[in-house]
Amino acid sequence: MKVYMDNNATTMVAPEIVQEMLPFFSEIYGNPNSLHKFGTQSRPALSRAIDQVYKAINASDNDDIVFTSCATESNNWVLQAVWIDKILNGDKNHIVTTEVEHPSILSTCKFLEEQGVKVTYLPVNEEGIVEAHTVKSFITEKTALVSVMWANNETGMIFPIKEIGEICKAKGVLFHTDGVQAVGKIPVDMQDVHVDFMSMSAHKFHGPKGIGALYIKDSQALSPLLHGGSQMGGRRSGTLNVPYVVGMGKALEMATQNIQATMSSIKEKRDRLEDALLNVIPDTFTVGKRENRTPNTILISIRGVEGEGMLWDLNRYDIGASTGSACASEDLEANTVMLAIGADHELAHTGIRLSLSRYTTDAEVDYVIEHFTQAVERLRAISSSYAIVKPTKGGEAGECQIHH
Amino acid sequence: MAKNDLIGESLWDAYSDKVTRLMNNPQHQGEISEEEASSRGNKLIVADFGAESCGDAVRLYWEIDPNTDKIVNSKFRSFGCGTAIASSDVMTELCIGKTVQEAVKITNIDVEAALRDTPDVPAVPPQKMHCSVMAYDVIKKAAGLYLGVDAESFEEEIIVCECARVSLKTLKEVIKLNDLKTIEQITDYTKAGGFCKSCIKPGGHEEREWYLVDILKDTRREMDEEKMKAAAEAGISGDFATMTLVQKIKAIDSVIDENVRQFLIMDGGNMEVIDIKESEDYIDVYIRYIGACNGCASSTTGTLYAIESTLKEKLSSKIRVLPI
Repeated sequence: MKVYMDNNATTMVAPEIVQEMLPFFSEIYGNPNSLHKFGTQSRPALSRAIDQVYKAINASDNDDIVFTSCATESNNWVLQAVWIDKILNGDKNHIVTTEVEHPSILSTCKFLEEQGVKVTYLPVNEEGIVEAHTVKSFITEKTALVSVMWANNETGMIFPIKEIGEICKAKGVLFHTDGVQAVGKIPVDMQDVHVDFMSMSAHKFHGPKGIGALYIKDSQALSPLLHGGSQMGGRRSGTLNVPYVVGMGKALEMATQNIQATMSSIKEKRDRLEDALLNVIPDTFTVGKRENRTPNTILISIRGVEGEGMLWDLNRYDIGASTGSACASEDLEANTVMLAIGADHELAHTGIRLSLSRYTTDAEVDYVIEHFTQAVERLRAISSSYAIVKPTKGGEAGECQIHH
Repeated sequence: MAKNDLIGESLWDAYSDKVTRLMNNPQHQGEISEEEASSRGNKLIVADFGAESCGDAVRLYWEIDPNTDKIVNSKFRSFGCGTAIASSDVMTELCIGKTVQEAVKITNIDVEAALRDTPDVPAVPPQKMHCSVMAYDVIKKAAGLYLGVDAESFEEEIIVCECARVSLKTLKEVIKLNDLKTIEQITDYTKAGGFCKSCIKPGGHEEREWYLVDILKDTRREMDEEKMKAAAEAGISGDFATMTLVQKIKAIDSVIDENVRQFLIMDGGNMEVIDIKESEDYIDVYIRYIGACNGCASSTTGTLYAIESTLKEKLSSKIRVLPI
């Protein structure tokens, strides 16, 4: 059996969605901006996709939802445009974000810092959540933008977007949220929250890779990132990617149609998996209360088992998971989210993320429980953390002689 | 960056088969107890290096025959990724059968070489080279415990890049010898900084005592100072052609002081060097006669030839002396 449990990284494109996209490659391929029938033929499908996206997040007709190439583009667009509009051509100089954002936010913020912008990176509490009052206390008169993700990719923790939105509204500060891990997983209602900008990505909810969107409240001003042929009302130039727009619309419709039922079905499997792992394997813990998490995500720490080593063994059993703790990455830093929530430093290298989807089956959950347990047993039998014979006097290692 | 770097290499695909095999099935994983060792009349040494909080840790067990100092058995336990486990496994294999004094000579380079499938293909991708360094460190620690000396005493020189084992001395020599100006050049010449990159500058995955950026800066400064010093010394005895203008004037003055001026003074005259003009073929030295020399018939004939030939002989055949 092959089990994919890395759905926070990307998802399978649902076969129905592929079917929906196919006619727009070789049959209806005209440029929607052309005047002839070849072009105009694609317009009904585009309109339908736009309707699907507006409906899925309950956006008002006065709002804009602009298709982009990915959420990284959407995030870059908001940050760089606010910098141009409010900082270079305005009297602001400050952005508030969090320590646990996606790299497309954090790296862009670092870039803006190099350009002279002041950026505050807010910490998360022990639950892995940024608290609304923390955001409030760091907003100043110079703050141009607050950018806080709706749900975290590593932990699945859902942030208090409604409260933060109210604070930003009261303070008159623009509010952006990276909704990539929330849209399609939990109910997202743009008329229930005060959010100026929200980024989305289709491949996180069984749509294709290479397409995302940016929601813009009340069609408000935001300098374009891509200039060109004035597509999307001039907000984002570039020939519309018709099949992918169609795919994103369909994917979002499917993900949100019976979202309560889908959520409880995924949550049931997730909780069964989480309970089993916690019960069967000693010295493990998971991050964050389940009620505050996206229903598909588990971040579990396994004492004495290094994250990449664990991924290796899971991969041998044909199980795809992920680790933020990174013997695997070049900087070999401990998992930033694990550290941010104040986990013991030694547990920060032991986090494994399992993320389910609506296609995950009970048989797959059973398979993962069995083989996850076997992998932990094998690796703990090798692990120095579970060795019995103590070092010769003088042979003990201090804390972290190697990495900082 | 170029075509081959666009999507990078898949980390695990770059492992040698041997790394994969040993990760899946380590041969020397386990423990040796005090009782087991002493029942065979041997001494047990157990050393730790690294910690879970660092992301990898290893515990090395040596059972040593006290009469011969020979490691008769060795085991390991390791918290780490696949390459850390495979490195630890091959390290214990390399230790078995060696005396402690021999084992301490095993470096991370030997460990990595032992993990290769073929001699010319690295066993692990560059960013994983560091995993084998820990194997080297824990051996030194175990040897130090057995011999009752400090683990650092086995290190004869300062190692700046642990992955490629490049010393401070080597780096300085190579920078000077090849006139290296960038970190990339240093990596090309020595491999230092080409693996885990910690030693390049502060902020990498491991804190280091020495960084290539500082070594390059300091060595370049030393080179500049040496050059200046050499140039200053050349003012008296060095190669005339490479001298600065000021040094050339000084050198000419000193040749005239030693060989010419006394004769002019004896006749109630003197001379001074006014300027030097250099062209492709000639070095024109402009001089002015003072006192009795001024207007003396010989000043444009015999005396002038004497001055010119002395300078030509002592400094450069390209010199022409022109009185003004």
